[in-house]
Amino acid sequence: MAELLDFEEPVAVLLKEIEALSLMPQTPERQAAIAQLEARAAELRAEIYRNLKPWQRVQVARHPNRPSMLDYVELLFTEFTEIHGDRRFADDKAIVTGFAFFHGEPVAVVGHQKGRDTKSKIYRNFGYAKPEGYRKALRVMKLAEKFNRPVIVFVDTPAAYPGIESEERGVAEAIALNLREMALLEVPIVILVSGEGGSGGALGIAVGDRVLMQEFSVYSVIPPEGCAAILWRDAARKVEAAEALKVTAPDLLELGIIDEIVPEPPGGAHQDPKAAAARVDEVLVRHLRELRDLDVPTLLDRRYAKFRSMGREGQAFTTVTVAGGGDQAG
Amino acid sequence: MAWFKKTRKPIETTEKVSRVPEGLWVKCPSCGRALYHKDLAATLQVCPHCAHHFRMSATERLSMLLDDGRWTEHDAGLRSLDPLGFTDTKPYRDRLAASIEKTGQQDAVIVASGRLEGIPVVVAAMEYSFIGGSMGVVVGEKITRGVERALAERAPLIIVSCSGGARMMEGALSLMQMAKISAALGRLDRAGVPYLSILTDPTTGGVTASFAMLGDLNIAEPKALIGFAGPRVIEQTIRQKLPDGFQRSEFLLEKGFIDMIVDRRELKATLGRVLRLFGHRPDRARPAAPEAATGDVDAPAGA
Repeated sequence: MAELLDFEEPVAVLLKEIEALSLMPQTPERQAAIAQLEARAAELRAEIYRNLKPWQRVQVARHPNRPSMLDYVELLFTEFTEIHGDRRFADDKAIVTGFAFFHGEPVAVVGHQKGRDTKSKIYRNFGYAKPEGYRKALRVMKLAEKFNRPVIVFVDTPAAYPGIESEERGVAEAIALNLREMALLEVPIVILVSGEGGSGGALGIAVGDRVLMQEFSVYSVIPPEGCAAILWRDAARKVEAAEALKVTAPDLLELGIIDEIVPEPPGGAHQDPKAAAARVDEVLVRHLRELRDLDVPTLLDRRYAKFRSMGREGQAFTTVTVAGGGDQAG
Repeated sequence: MAWFKKTRKPIETTEKVSRVPEGLWVKCPSCGRALYHKDLAATLQVCPHCAHHFRMSATERLSMLLDDGRWTEHDAGLRSLDPLGFTDTKPYRDRLAASIEKTGQQDAVIVASGRLEGIPVVVAAMEYSFIGGSMGVVVGEKITRGVERALAERAPLIIVSCSGGARMMEGALSLMQMAKISAALGRLDRAGVPYLSILTDPTTGGVTASFAMLGDLNIAEPKALIGFAGPRVIEQTIRQKLPDGFQRSEFLLEKGFIDMIVDRRELKATLGRVLRLFGHRPDRARPAAPEAATGDVDAPAGA
């Protein structure tokens, strides 16, 4: 049984009841009761997930059983061939890169990987990528450009790794270069925010022609805990911070930051990874098909215009008249 | 037996009080000497005894870099609409209004055209006293327009960073300004127009992880804090105190991420020399006052 989140308590009660019933000798009446309870649990879960608060969405996005990039690769791609290392320093396990077939077409795949159990979490550094991860990603994207292959990116990271080695190897430079070069990459790039879009650590592989977001994913400039610690000096006020920061998929669609929300099965992608993958599959196919027909200058002009329009006049800022333009000089 | 134990010094805060306060005398936080404010202005806010670099305002920066202290400001009237309707301990709208009142500017950057040793340039100078120089939609838009202007005029671009990073109160829109500016810098890069990034104390977060690290040359002022994650965040992650000088200009030079550290008093001459080495020449053909060259509604500044 999938791990339950605190707000799923009502469902947990029903599931316990079902478990208790199923341990008793089975009679037709009991089986009917179980079926009824199961239906009720599913209904209740769907109901809860229709009304998730921003912080609850953060919890779903971080759910340990949420399908990861490698799960989607397994479910949707064939002949995945992983490529390792940035040819500069090391191989970062928090970002996985490679090539695979997607509906018969060779594509490059890039994505964060957090790990699920303790051992794999440590191996993947909990999805906190270091400079070499961003450099590996760029290396593979340049390969994709060389061979004229589209790039599919899965974003799921708490942040870029905030540690000494990250800083001394220039994580800021690595992310910055990716932002610039991804804007100019001459092949289609489709981004799917599939879990946590953690700030610059996410954006560092998330510049593309389409930015899609799964229904219960989040994407933010700072984790709610960090925001609360700075603004309220109290990390416990993360719930308020999650509301204020507008981190949910519907918020970001409204702000013009993402292009489309990919629906998840009732109860979230972790309840039914196959159903989640089927929906991801459909949108990826559709967007790749749309992008394939564009010539390179059009593709790049549109990609530029897309990010150029984030924070538009009238929506995000206005122009006021200022007396005399600038002011003093030295 | 020690009855009176030496109290341990708390972890040094990274937020130095380095803005020059009101008053005639300023105590240098580095060497402790009292400095007369007019002397300090004459030395570009650099301590004449120990070369401590005080933080500088955006207008002081432009005056210092541009010939005769003259420039034409662009897009001065851009003002944030508080796109998220953000409120923490007080509404973001109120914070904005207070910062506008305090600085006389609409947001945390001034973008201007002028000449540097006769070479027409576009300069963006960040203003730390406006919400920590943080980058929201207005900073993003103004700098992007500045990059596009530099591209259209094929004028070298100089961005002076002084910022804590992306502005939380504008959420993911702030984050996206990193991509927006970097995309514009990509076009400038491919067009062969120079971009010099000047990193001053402090340059951190999303500003470092976008335009500040993308200069053809990254030039830092001495001892500036430059990094991606803030020192306190890193200390929390690794649960130990960071070594002295970590994330300072000298550290980044050693690690290979900046090209040179330049004393502020040498900065203008250095930039002029670099631009000449990159093949740009003083433009004597056009009149010195840049406003004559454009039909821009922006009014010229300075006199």
